[in-house]
Amino acid sequence: MSGIPHDHYEPKTKGEKWINSRLPIVGLMYDTLMLPTPKNLNWMWIWGIVLTFCLALQIVTGIVLAMHYNPSVDGAFASIEHIMRNVNGGDMLRYLHMNGASLFFIAVYAHIFRGLYYGSYKAPREITWIIGMIIYLLMMATAFMGYVLPWGQMSFWGATVITGLFGAIPFIGEALQTLLLGGPAVDNATLNRFFSLHYLLPFVTAGLVILHIWAFHTTGNNNPTGVDVRRTSKEEAEKDTLPFWPYFVIKDLFALAVILVLFFAVVGFMPNYLGHPDNYIEANALVTPAHIVPEWYFLPFYAILRAFTPDVWIVMFADFISGGIIKADFFGVVAMFAAIAVMAAAPWLDTSRVRSGRYRPMFKWWFGLLVVDFFVLMWVGAMPAEEPYNTIALIAATYWFVYFLVILPLLGVIEKPMAPPETIEDDFNAHYAPKVGGTTTIVNPAE
Amino acid sequence: MNIIKATLLSAFIALAAPAAMAAGEKGETIANIDFSFDGPFGTYDVNQLQRGLQVYTEVCSACHGLKFVPLRTLGDEGGPMLPEDQVIEYSTQWEVFDQEIDDFRDATPVDHFPESNMETAPDLSLMAKKRKAFSGPYGLGINQLLYGFGGAEYIAALLQGYTGEEKFQAGVTLYENKYLEGGWLSMGPPLDDGWIEYADGSSNSLEAMSEDVAAFLMWTAEPKMGSRKQAGFAGVLFLTLLSVLLYLTNKRLWASVKKKD
Repeated sequence: MSGIPHDHYEPKTKGEKWINSRLPIVGLMYDTLMLPTPKNLNWMWIWGIVLTFCLALQIVTGIVLAMHYNPSVDGAFASIEHIMRNVNGGDMLRYLHMNGASLFFIAVYAHIFRGLYYGSYKAPREITWIIGMIIYLLMMATAFMGYVLPWGQMSFWGATVITGLFGAIPFIGEALQTLLLGGPAVDNATLNRFFSLHYLLPFVTAGLVILHIWAFHTTGNNNPTGVDVRRTSKEEAEKDTLPFWPYFVIKDLFALAVILVLFFAVVGFMPNYLGHPDNYIEANALVTPAHIVPEWYFLPFYAILRAFTPDVWIVMFADFISGGIIKADFFGVVAMFAAIAVMAAAPWLDTSRVRSGRYRPMFKWWFGLLVVDFFVLMWVGAMPAEEPYNTIALIAATYWFVYFLVILPLLGVIEKPMAPPETIEDDFNAHYAPKVGGTTTIVNPAE
Repeated sequence: MNIIKATLLSAFIALAAPAAMAAGEKGETIANIDFSFDGPFGTYDVNQLQRGLQVYTEVCSACHGLKFVPLRTLGDEGGPMLPEDQVIEYSTQWEVFDQEIDDFRDATPVDHFPESNMETAPDLSLMAKKRKAFSGPYGLGINQLLYGFGGAEYIAALLQGYTGEEKFQAGVTLYENKYLEGGWLSMGPPLDDGWIEYADGSSNSLEAMSEDVAAFLMWTAEPKMGSRKQAGFAGVLFLTLLSVLLYLTNKRLWASVKKKD
């Protein structure tokens, strides 16, 4: 593996040499585990481990659940109740899987916003970022299809609404929607293909996770200063880094354990907290729930989807110049996907030469506003589509786009960033000052 | 470390946001009832479940069913815990359709409770999880941790919520209920003071019976609640211990790196 200079695996015994000359897998594992990692990483760098854990948790619990699940419109709901009542530990498995999805999304949002603040998306980590965005899209697709499987009222109507979005695409929409559903409406064929894909996509995700890790192991981790690790020699690199094992493995596992305490408290004591009660009513195509809401993790983008109502000038304008092809429905769909596309394009939209937000006085404020904006969108996405929520959603959706398309490119030109430390070692030493009189003074120079 | 604080706060809000949406539910506010199964350590009261079973059997079952509930679970620990012979005897009072003999026969403990007799009477197996009564404080819903989901309270409130007003509409009589969204339902008041005689001499006021049957329906909706809370508690306990050990390991591991002479 290329990247930061460090010690590599040397087979010593005869047996090791025999294996290594045929399949250098031990060397690969050694190099992956001993990766030189910037020693100033803060607690926002723990989400990767949490995410890996979530993927494993979802796959393991999901495989067992699939053994007892019946993907048919007549049997799906009853088979969930069978899991909850008759399968040994089935209720725990299902609640872990259900709430595991939420933990997964909490972690991925924290991970993404960490990347946005510390400029982890910037050169040379664009490919890591893009793969990450694809993983995020796959996660959303997987979660959406998984939510349909219990065949409750929200499953059914959520699927109807979301696949209906694809129907809004001009010309090909109807055909695409039929293909997705396997028929004219959400029915047995839909449930079967969603089950099949819900089982498949996590393994695709796992493959992409390996690429994601491979990519940033090649470029090296970003770190809170955004300053590169010195690579001229192994000795210099060692001043900036520590091996991943044991330093970061133990640190990350500690963080994971703390997060899992909270996770188990939710699963054990209030497992339906994040769910919608309507999903305990079996799907009924004849009864529409009063208020169809997606799961919490979709709400920000759902809000963007709904923000562009037909009376918004830009929607009217698009309708006019496209000769009526682009209606509000389709505009909303485009806006929702564009909201993720602009985030994926961040490496090329951000013109600042300073990587970390820590040294960008103006950026900090705009970024803070983006985080607030994200939660406003999440809140407004759960509200009914009426005033004043429509206006709030429109303003919040607009800021999302303005941040990526206007603020990021402009800030690089007009902002005068502070000077980051010369090296990671300097930053680390500034935080953990030399010992004076038996006590360690900790200072926070940059914040 | 502002970003970390901001993230933790954000994560908290993220968890709270979905519950906030439920804050707008209509109908009169439902008061908390101090059920034995509320809170992280709450368990079902076996006697109450047995009384609730009696209310269900004598009243609710005339129209409603419990199609997801196997009769044998009446003997389960954490449930009504009927002795085995009573479970068998209780089961025989129901008739189920057997596809093998293509006819009805007496139920045995391996069968489920029958389905609803009436098209308009919903199945009650999951009724206590279909409704969420609590979303406080401030719409965050965190009080569920202490008060429970609120479904049992909703059922108890509904049974006591009839105003006495009736109206005849589209061929059916509707009864006004102050706890129902929309206000009118087609089920008449199913219970009143003293309608049922409990063998143990417990109070058979409308309030007491409503609470008993609500508790029973909470059990039918969440029969494994006791073992789930135990597993959750064990998980929290052991993971806390693991966190402490990992914290100490981490501190010791980094001490030599962070401290310099």
